[in-house]
Amino acid sequence: MYVAVKGGKKAIDAAHRLFADKRRGDRSVPAMTLEQIANQLSFAVDRVMSEGSLYDRELASLAIKQSAGDLIEAIFLIRAYRTTLPRFGASRPLETREMRVERRISASYKDMPGGQVLGPTFDYSHRLLDFTLAADGEVADPERPDEAMTAQLGHVAEILDREGLIEPVPADAENEQPPDLTREPLEFPAGRKLRLQNLARGDEGFLLAMGYSTQRGYARGHAFAGEIRMGEVEVEFFAEELGFNVPLGRVKLTECQMVTQFKGSSKVKPQFTRGYGLAFGQSERKAMSMALVDRALRWEEYGEELVAPAQDEEFVLSHSDNIQATGFVEHLKLPHYVDFQAELELVRKMRREIEERDEAESQEAAE
Amino acid sequence: MKQENFYNFAYLDEQTKRMIRRAILKAIAIPGYQVPFASREMPMPYGWGTGGVQVTASIIGKDDVLKMIDQGSDDTTNAVALRGFFELTAGVESTTETSEASIIQTRHRIPEDDLTEDQVIVFQVPIPEPLRFLEPRETETRKMHALEEYGLMHVKLYEDIATHGHIATSYAYPVKVMDRYVMDPSPTPKFDNPKMHKMAALQLYGAGREKRIYAIPPYTDVVSLDFEDYPFSVQEWPDTECGLCGATEVYFDEVVTDDHGGRMFCCSDSDYCEKRRAAGHTGKQPDQAAEV
Repeated sequence: MYVAVKGGKKAIDAAHRLFADKRRGDRSVPAMTLEQIANQLSFAVDRVMSEGSLYDRELASLAIKQSAGDLIEAIFLIRAYRTTLPRFGASRPLETREMRVERRISASYKDMPGGQVLGPTFDYSHRLLDFTLAADGEVADPERPDEAMTAQLGHVAEILDREGLIEPVPADAENEQPPDLTREPLEFPAGRKLRLQNLARGDEGFLLAMGYSTQRGYARGHAFAGEIRMGEVEVEFFAEELGFNVPLGRVKLTECQMVTQFKGSSKVKPQFTRGYGLAFGQSERKAMSMALVDRALRWEEYGEELVAPAQDEEFVLSHSDNIQATGFVEHLKLPHYVDFQAELELVRKMRREIEERDEAESQEAAE
Repeated sequence: MKQENFYNFAYLDEQTKRMIRRAILKAIAIPGYQVPFASREMPMPYGWGTGGVQVTASIIGKDDVLKMIDQGSDDTTNAVALRGFFELTAGVESTTETSEASIIQTRHRIPEDDLTEDQVIVFQVPIPEPLRFLEPRETETRKMHALEEYGLMHVKLYEDIATHGHIATSYAYPVKVMDRYVMDPSPTPKFDNPKMHKMAALQLYGAGREKRIYAIPPYTDVVSLDFEDYPFSVQEWPDTECGLCGATEVYFDEVVTDDHGGRMFCCSDSDYCEKRRAAGHTGKQPDQAAEV
């Protein structure tokens, strides 16, 4: 037994070489390409882009490959890369009404202008393992909807809006620079814009659990999926030098508008209220959970009571980020023997004191 | 193209460094006060020294000599990784010798040797808020600091005494800086608290995940909280000396040497221990040291 006084660097290098070997696996199996990941693991790529806050399918695919499929590790790689990128400014607000819809469903109406567009989805599939996939069976070409039909579908909430049955969308000051939680420390109260920004990059599992808790009575507000839509939206940037908006490209998004009943107050008549969710790619679970949590966090606006974790801004926003969470949880792996020695010394001292006291007492009793 | 050429000197861009330096200056101006700063997402995990790394990256220059320690040792895994980060991104000289370093980044220890006016010590801080475990809400604890309302902390220490007969905090032991702010010294053992008092070197504390920087300027009063009848005291190891170098008045690592209760104590500060051995001091188990 020896006290290692040198050697950490060698051990770390060796550990990293072992990991690189494990990641590559059996050399007789072909290595995955980024194209394969981007095409065939699209939900993983979407999640990494969403929570990594960087829309780049190729880099997300690389991160997934590099992390051997550990998605939180992949998100971490993307975040660490993203933080080094220069900021040119903020885009114009996205017009999701102009989305080229691939999928658009509403649970609150049977039918509406534009109709229900199921698009590509797991929903309604039987969750039976498909052994033809294991055998790499051929996949038939799908029927595609007429593109003209799925462009510019009005939001379902507009139907309620025309009757004044739903709260209006808060007007935004023109050209107001949005806050950026990656450039300013988060302080409380944060307000809805920062909250949504935080939720948009928040962990899908955390938001799912928080959203789920609101359905089970912790800040219950019966929510309807007013609309979920997924498709490409154009991103525009206002160029000061030119004086007009310049298109930068398109991003695929999933947007969810939850519609929740509000009984009204002395000032406001009963109406429906909104919860909003938005995520890169096809990320319905994330967008829906986000919308539920967004609505729960707005309790103060409606004079509701703060009774549950999902409503608690400081609690939700401080714990939603999986990169912060995983780092701090996993840092327990780091050596802590200095603190542990301090605790050992304390526990021994406390035990010694109790033993001495007991001994003194038993001696007194004997006398 | 080599990896390091993709990034600025010491990784962070100059704008970010400027932002962090402003926070550091404010922290020095208000000793012990936690200054919020726009902590960046770093290429190492939160909780693994992102705060300390950002502070170091913001103050380091080409002529600096960096010492990186974790648990008092230069060769613990994370210290090696962080030193490698600065060797890669800043290309500065690094050292294991406390006296040679101009910047010492540390986790959980302060070196045994006295630091000098020419040195800066940067602490990695996990939870900067000393009141956090008494009050989980940041909105509340900020108010408590503003109003200098530290009664809760004294009640906690009092309850310790009532229950155990002494204060049962052995590391991250709270201090009061310049008779104003109660501050968390980061999870250093309370053994190191007296070293913070009137230290000649500048002490900078960085908490990346919690986005806070705080500081203690040189020669500042730092007092560990206690009561008149229950004064602050540090850890003691009666009749114990370093198995390698024979030192006594130091913080010890306890190393389990076999399955039958065998153990040895050795200096936690590995540089201090090595220097003593080089000077001819020896302990009772010198053959236990090995380069692996």
